[in-house]
Parts: sequence; C-alpha cells; structure tokens
Amino acid sequence: MNIEIRNGRLIDPRHGVDSKTALFVSAGRIAAVGGAPAGWRANRIIDAAGCVVCPGLIDLAARLREPGFEYMATLESEMDAAIAGGVTSLACPPDTDPALDEPGLVEMLKHRARSLNQAHVYPVGALTVGLKGENLTEMGELTEAGCVAFSHADAPLADTQVLRRALQYAATFDYRVWLRPQDAYLARGGVAHDGEVATRLGLASIPASAEIIALDTILALATETGARVHIARLSTHEGVARVRAAKRAGLKLTCDVAVHHVHLCDIDIGWFDAQCHLVPPLRGVRDRDALRAGLADGTIDAICSDHAPVDDDSKQLPFAEAEPGAIGLELLLPLTLKWAHEARIALPAALARITTEPARVLGIDAGHLGPGAAADICIVALDEAWTVTRETLKSQGKNTPFLGLELAGRVRHTLVDGQVVYESAARREGA
Amino acid sequence: MTSAPTPELAGNGLPDAEATIAALAEKMAIAIAYDAKLVGIYSGGAWLAERLAEILPGEHPVGFIDVSFYRDDYSKKGLRAKVATTTLPFEVGNSRIVLVDDVLYTGRSVRAAINELFDYGRPESIELAVLIDRGGRELPIEATYVGARVAVARDSSVVLQRHLDRRFELSAEPLESAPGA
Amino acid sequence: MRNPQLNGDGELQHLLTLEGLPAPVIDRILDTALPFVSIAERDVKKVPLLRGKTVFNLFFENSTRTRTTFEIAAKRLSADVINLNIGVSSTSKGETLLDTIDNLVAMNADMFVVRHAQSGAAHLIAQHLSATERPHIHVINAGDGRHAHPTQGLLDLFTIRHYKKEFHGLTVAIVGDLLHSRVARSLIHGLTTLGTTEVRVIGPQTLLPAAVESMGVRVFHDMRAGLGGADVVVMLRLQSERMKGALLPSAGEYFKHYGLTVEKLALAKPDAIVMHPGPMNRGVEIDSAVADGAHSVILPQVTFGIAVRMAVMSMLAAN
Repeated sequence: MNIEIRNGRLIDPRHGVDSKTALFVSAGRIAAVGGAPAGWRANRIIDAAGCVVCPGLIDLAARLREPGFEYMATLESEMDAAIAGGVTSLACPPDTDPALDEPGLVEMLKHRARSLNQAHVYPVGALTVGLKGENLTEMGELTEAGCVAFSHADAPLADTQVLRRALQYAATFDYRVWLRPQDAYLARGGVAHDGEVATRLGLASIPASAEIIALDTILALATETGARVHIARLSTHEGVARVRAAKRAGLKLTCDVAVHHVHLCDIDIGWFDAQCHLVPPLRGVRDRDALRAGLADGTIDAICSDHAPVDDDSKQLPFAEAEPGAIGLELLLPLTLKWAHEARIALPAALARITTEPARVLGIDAGHLGPGAAADICIVALDEAWTVTRETLKSQGKNTPFLGLELAGRVRHTLVDGQVVYESAARREGA
Repeated sequence: MTSAPTPELAGNGLPDAEATIAALAEKMAIAIAYDAKLVGIYSGGAWLAERLAEILPGEHPVGFIDVSFYRDDYSKKGLRAKVATTTLPFEVGNSRIVLVDDVLYTGRSVRAAINELFDYGRPESIELAVLIDRGGRELPIEATYVGARVAVARDSSVVLQRHLDRRFELSAEPLESAPGA
Repeated sequence: MRNPQLNGDGELQHLLTLEGLPAPVIDRILDTALPFVSIAERDVKKVPLLRGKTVFNLFFENSTRTRTTFEIAAKRLSADVINLNIGVSSTSKGETLLDTIDNLVAMNADMFVVRHAQSGAAHLIAQHLSATERPHIHVINAGDGRHAHPTQGLLDLFTIRHYKKEFHGLTVAIVGDLLHSRVARSLIHGLTTLGTTEVRVIGPQTLLPAAVESMGVRVFHDMRAGLGGADVVVMLRLQSERMKGALLPSAGEYFKHYGLTVEKLALAKPDAIVMHPGPMNRGVEIDSAVADGAHSVILPQVTFGIAVRMAVMSMLAAN
C-alpha cells in the first residue's frame, strides 16, 4: 500500500521540518519526504491542503480500564477515542484491577490491543505487587512481557524504604520508573488544592507540600540510586522550580504534566463540578502559569492526556465521592494547540511535547517522520472548530471539564503503521 | 344595616376620607358592643382601627392582623416583601371582635382575616366595619358597618393614605394585578 | 457563573449557601422571619401557607436536632413532612443519591431538606433537578459536609440583628474549629454580605482552613486579643473526634486556650452577646457560667431558627 500525503504543512519536530512538503508512505513506513521515491505509484493520495501533517501523538497516560473496570470503558471504545484524537501510541498505567503486576496480564493486554490493530499500546508495569507499596514486582519478567516502565500510578507509596529499594533495583537493570510525586499522608482524604477554593467550598484539601516533599524524596533517591526517573503529573509551581533546578544540576530526569492542568485551576471547580475532581488536584492560577512556563522552557518534557474514562454513575456524586479523573485522548491535540496559541509557542515546539518528547520518555523509536520510521501520522485541520459534546466524543467516558467548549483543531486522518485507521466523517463525505 | 347619607364625592369620584370616617364612626357608636375589640387589617385597616378607637365612645382595645400567611393567592403571588407581625394584645377567645378594613372588594382579605382570628381562639362574635364598600364581591361576605358605598372601575384600586399630620385621604390608583383586596 | 440557587428572575429557587446571595435577598428572608416568630405563641401554632405541599427531610447524616427544627417549621406551615434517615444503607445497595431523589420526585415531593456528610451534595441535587427540568422542586441545604449550613447562618444573622439592630459597626468573633465548620462558613458569608465591620476568626492553626482570610475575616490565634471589643462572640462546637489526635492535644488544653469563660468574655464589649449553634460541649468550648449567663442568647437562637426556616420554606414554595 503506497499512500501519498500532499499539500499539507509537514511538521516533524525531531528533524526540524516545518514546510509544505509531500510525504510518501510505503509498506507501513515513511518512504520519503519531499520528492517521491523512484518508481513511486500511489495507491491512495490524501489531500492535506489546509492541514498540518505531523507524527502521530504519543500519550504517556491513557487508562483503557481493562481489566477490571469494563463498566467505565473498554479497549475497543478507548482505542477508537485514541485514533480519533490522532494518538498512535499510548502508555497505559498499571492501575487496573488486578493491577498490571504479572506478565500474563501484560501479555493479554498487548494481545488484545494488537488484535484491534489501532494505536500501539505500551503497558507500564506496577512497581509493587498489587500497587500495595510493599513487595517489588518481577520487573524483569514484566519487561519481557512488554512493559516499558514501572509506576505506582496514583496509588500511595508511603514507605520510602520500599521506594528506595524499587529505585535501586530498577537502576540495576536500567528500567524506567515513573512516579507521581505525592506524599501519601499529606494527601490522605484530600480532594482539592489547599487554598481559597477548598476553604470556601469546605473540601478536604491536599497542600502543595504533599508534592514538594514527595518530589524532594524522589529527587534525593534518584540522585542516590542513579535510577532513570520520570516525574508524572507535576502540579505545583514549587514542583516546577525543583525539577528545573534538578535538571540544571545535571540529574537525568524527565517530567510530564496532564493537559488539564495546563488550562484549568481550582477556581474552575465552580460550584462543585466533579468533572474537575482530578488527581493531582487542580491547583492555583500561579501553579498553572508555572506549569506553562515549565513547558515553554523545557523543564516539563511532555504533555499527556491522563485519560481516565469514568461512568456517569461514578461521576454524578458529591465532589469528594465522585471518581476522580477526566478523559483526554480526543482533547490532547486541540488543548495542546490551544496552549500553543495562548502562550505564543511555535507549532513545532508545541507538537514536540506530544510527539517527539514523550517518545524519548518512553524510549521508543516513534514520534518522528524520518525516512524509514513507522508511518504513524496525524493529519489535523488546525482551524476546524468543533464542540466537545457527549455525542462528538468517542470515548465511553464522557467525563471532561471541557464539555460544551468549542475547540480548534480536528483530526482528519490518523495513520498507524501506514494504514489509515481513522478518517473524520466530514472528510469522508467530502471525498 | 343602617343607611346613612353618602358623603359628598371629591374630584376623583371618591368621598372625602375624614367625612367618611366620621360617618362610619357614627354608625358604629350606637351599635357595637361596649367591650368590642377592634382588629385592623394591615395596613389601611390598621390605621383606621387606631383612629376609630380614639373617636368611638368607651374603651376599645386595638389589635392588628397581617393576613399574608392566610391569603388564597400565595401560590400564585408568593409572599409580599414586607409581612407585618399580627399583634392581638387581648384574648381572642370569647371576645366580641370588630374587624376593620379600609376597602371591601372581593372579600378575600376578610376571609383570610377570619381564618387567622380563629387560630388565636374562638371569638364570641365577629363584625366587619369598612370605610369603603366598592362592591365586586367574590365571596358571600358583607360588612356590618359601611362608611360609604362607591362604584369604582374594575381596573382601579381604592387606596387609603395616611399623611404625616395623621389626616386620611382616599385615592384611586390603576390596579397592578388581578383583584385580590 | 450564575448563582445556582437563584432563578432567572433573581428569586430564590433553592437555598444552598449564603455565598453570593445578594444582601436584599438575605434582608428579605430576615424580615419575613419576623412575623413567624409570634406564631409559636398562639393557640394554633400553624399557618396554612404550605397546605398540600410535601416536604421531604432527607438526612443522609444523622441529626435529630436539625431535622426536628425543619420538621416543626414545615408542620407550622401546614406542609406534610416525610422524614427519611438514609444512612449508608441505600447507597451500599447500589442506589445513588440521584436515584433516591428521582424516586422521591416520583412521589410528588415539593421540597427537599437535605443533610449530607459531603460538601456539595445539595448543589448536586439542585443541579440534577435543573438539568432534568423540574424547577418547581426546591432544595434547602440543611448542612453539607464542611461547606454550608445556610439556615443556621440565617438564624445567627437574625439573632444578631435582633439584639444589635445593625451589622455596620459590629465586631463579630467566631471561635474554634473553623476548618470543619459549615456553620462558620455560612455565617462569615452572611456577615460580610450584610456589611459587618469586622469579622474575626479565632483558633489554632490546625483548626483554621488555608487562606481563610480570603473570606474577608481577620485571623487571631490568641483568644484574648481576638475577643477584645467584640460585640458578638460565636462559639463553635468541637466534635469529640477532633479533641485528640494530631489536631489538638486534648479537650482540656483546648479549653485552656479557646474555651469561653466569664473572665475571657469580660474582654468583649459589656453588652456582648454569646452564641452557639449547639449542641454545646460544656467545659470544652464554653463554660457553663457563660452558657447560662446573662450574655448568652443560645436559647433564643433555637426559637428564631424555626421562624427563619419557616420564612425560607414559604419564600421558596412561592417561587
């Protein structure tokens, strides 16, 4: 199958490409950029006029809810959502039921995902058995089964001795460890940022110190053990400052932020909008601004969707009782574009945060359009506005604070391994 | 019911308030019980009751009633912004009561006032004194004592005003909403 | 964002919180409560305003006391009152809060009085009724978690107005566990809206929520300094589970620092009034000599509470 994508604005952050250039895809790989390869005959030509052609998005945190939470979402529904959002690779956290702490579970997930033939799925294994924070998982076996990293998802890991040993063990074999910095005791029972909004609404709060303390602990242990650590879901301005300082001091460290936290803060909770019940909690305006600055200067490497589909029954509850999380697979691209627009970030630099950089965090050869690379491609109409509604969303979860909002940037085509796995309805009608 | 000569009409088609009060008092003086208690319906009736107590012979204790909580149009109109407190500084049970109101129209306020009185006790009797009877009754209620009977257009309401010098005046105003007085 | 408790005409649709309620609306509730006070003194302690209406007291958290005051208020307005004490039982059976509401709406409820352990529960119900286009059903928040207890706030305001006439010029000191107190939050919003000159909160850092001064209050940790020149002293209840553990060392030490005694009350204005939402812990937050003393208006608060709840119910039912 030879596909020619012409007339689009090709943006490949890794190779510094940003020009109106044709892209040639053959046998699942990028065959050429610019000029057609010798003897080229296209089976299909995609006219990308008015669109940006970029690497398929790589999402560092997308919950597919399998196994264990099929009432919230299934692999089928969420993989549909991924390709509709231009996401061609995604890492899924181990907070399933049971947790991804056994090779069999990981193999099953990989197998199920492969059979759907859509986005690539990269499981993140549980750092401790059952995410209980006590015993280490068989990281070697899990890596062989397909885990790309190990994390504790949002489960508390209070015992610093366990954390230290996990990092020592991971460092021994150079496994990647992803950690969300949050002190288990300070966060206990909290559902909102410790500030004016939580005070006004009477919500149990999580102080910024919960992140700072955990981050300091992680940084100290990472320095000591030499483990390859990735900081997940940074939320405070103090956290950004610490990561910036650590990177300057030469610590090998990567870091991500959830796309919600780039746009929202605790004020958006309004009158107890449970769609804004997220982990980590939405923080203050100052924190959001610091996260944006961190993204701009590279302190924060990647933006992820932190996709968490939740069924209506679990969400339509008083704020604290509502299941936390929001969906994001279909919003990652338009919300990243919105940030780029608002913060005046050049498009290639912005797209790098959801393509090249997360690929580097994952340690996979993806997120670029160099010749020979897997043809994972996203074609997006930057100016096409669409309204986020229950109907426009493919994810089984309809839980997002952005419901009703009009966003610019609609995915027209998504290609995975050179196959067109998604085409927008509007495009098909016009074709 | 006694029939007295109707006081002369003023320019607005309404009789002079002070003259009408005098006419009403005259009728009541010879008829009401020596121990009758006057209960004025807020707000015009309350002023009127105070005045009548001053000019009627004998001692007549005065109470005031705000019928807001007993009105039959609550579900349509809600509560008025300022509800006054009903004050009845005497035993209602076994008393002879004269309800006093400024204008008798549909009869609904009087119905509400009677209902409210019964929540304070069982009076021996209730009579009704009104300054103006403008007709247009929607309930089988008639006044015992009437100052004047006046025909008023359906789309206007008769309002009793009390000036700072305690002088009373009657005026006609366009009706804000459906009749309910 | 439109205040979810006002309808399109700016009238009270639900009573969820005092935050954001315009001063004229609060004044109107307090004015309306006044004539209801005397109804308790009559032969027939009932007016027919809510005849034929059904009020559901939905208590997801037990409180006999609060439930009783709402029940009395509704019954004095001639409403039919159904009390439902819904513990964790029905939710553990899989029925959600909103399922429960839908079921009761099907029984032709006109008004819900809701007490819930979670902040925002009453808002959730009001939003659900609005989203499902049932604007004729009213919700009164009878306490949601730490968030709000607006009728308690209103009765506190009514009491202060009764004794002090005006809010301008007043210094009100609120003492104790602000962190967990919905009573304090509602009172603070009401006091600041009505133009109280100074609202003070007094307590140890462990019992004051973050950035509490953003609510328009002045923070004191030293009770003696905080009571100086106060016109009104509001003592908050200290729940027994807070008396030990990491919030406070002991009830005894709490009383030493923050308990109201005759000697400490002497620092306030000579005509200061002392309030307490009840039930009191004598000897923990307040000394019996103060609770039963000449400055105490704790029992009138209870009487006024019924009138205020009658006023709220009768205003809501008409809108």
